[in-house]
Amino acid sequence: MNHMLLVAAGGFFGAVFRFGIGQWVIKQTSTAFPLATLFVNITGSFLLGWITAMEPSDSIRLFFGIGFMGAFTTFSTLKLESIQFYRKKQWDVLILYLALSYFVGILAALAGFVLGIR
Amino acid sequence: MLLYIWVGIAGMAGALLRYGLGLAVSESWGGGLPLATFLTNMAGSFALGYLTFWLGRRPSAHPYTSMVVGTGLIGSFTTFSTFSVENIQLFQTGQTATALLYILLSLIGGLFMSWAGFRLGSGVAKGGAAS
Repeated sequence: MNHMLLVAAGGFFGAVFRFGIGQWVIKQTSTAFPLATLFVNITGSFLLGWITAMEPSDSIRLFFGIGFMGAFTTFSTLKLESIQFYRKKQWDVLILYLALSYFVGILAALAGFVLGIR
Repeated sequence: MLLYIWVGIAGMAGALLRYGLGLAVSESWGGGLPLATFLTNMAGSFALGYLTFWLGRRPSAHPYTSMVVGTGLIGSFTTFSTFSVENIQLFQTGQTATALLYILLSLIGGLFMSWAGFRLGSGVAKGGAAS
């Protein structure tokens, strides 16, 4: 039960922060490029890599790892935005977006991991 | 402000669903491929695609629906950070082929699921006009 509360609390803040960043980016820029999703996925991957490498307690893992970082980053929105580029036949933007998300996202997790181990 | 609280509550539900699915799958699965995250991400990609295009045909729907259910619930249910870290762990333990398979399946499978959700949600697959 305690575990579920930690995951839920982390999920609350992760979702609110991701939503807030998205709303902020919409106000600041007029670009159609999904900068907000790219930003949360890369920073979230970095931070989760860092947290994982530190081998934290169960509470930290459940709240920050599974709850917060899990909810802060998103996979479904990345795919939906990709499908929208596909529908507009913006192949170059689609490929750039996917390449940046996967390549930089996984590299960011690695960087976080390396930093966390030391 | 109230909208943020609704998104947060939906985020709680999404994170709990993901956690629960993770516990259920990891108990019955011992393989190298992180099946729980993969299934979560595939299901969520389909659901978000379906919801978004289904709502597109329903202008009477509450304007918060897409933000609360789409961004809050489904956005928190699926995850990218866990996917990235699981790949690092697979590479680290020498399971390079599994990592590459995981990346490829997620990349292609997620696009397919989102596309299928779009097709069904917008009514294209049933012969209706694309929105």
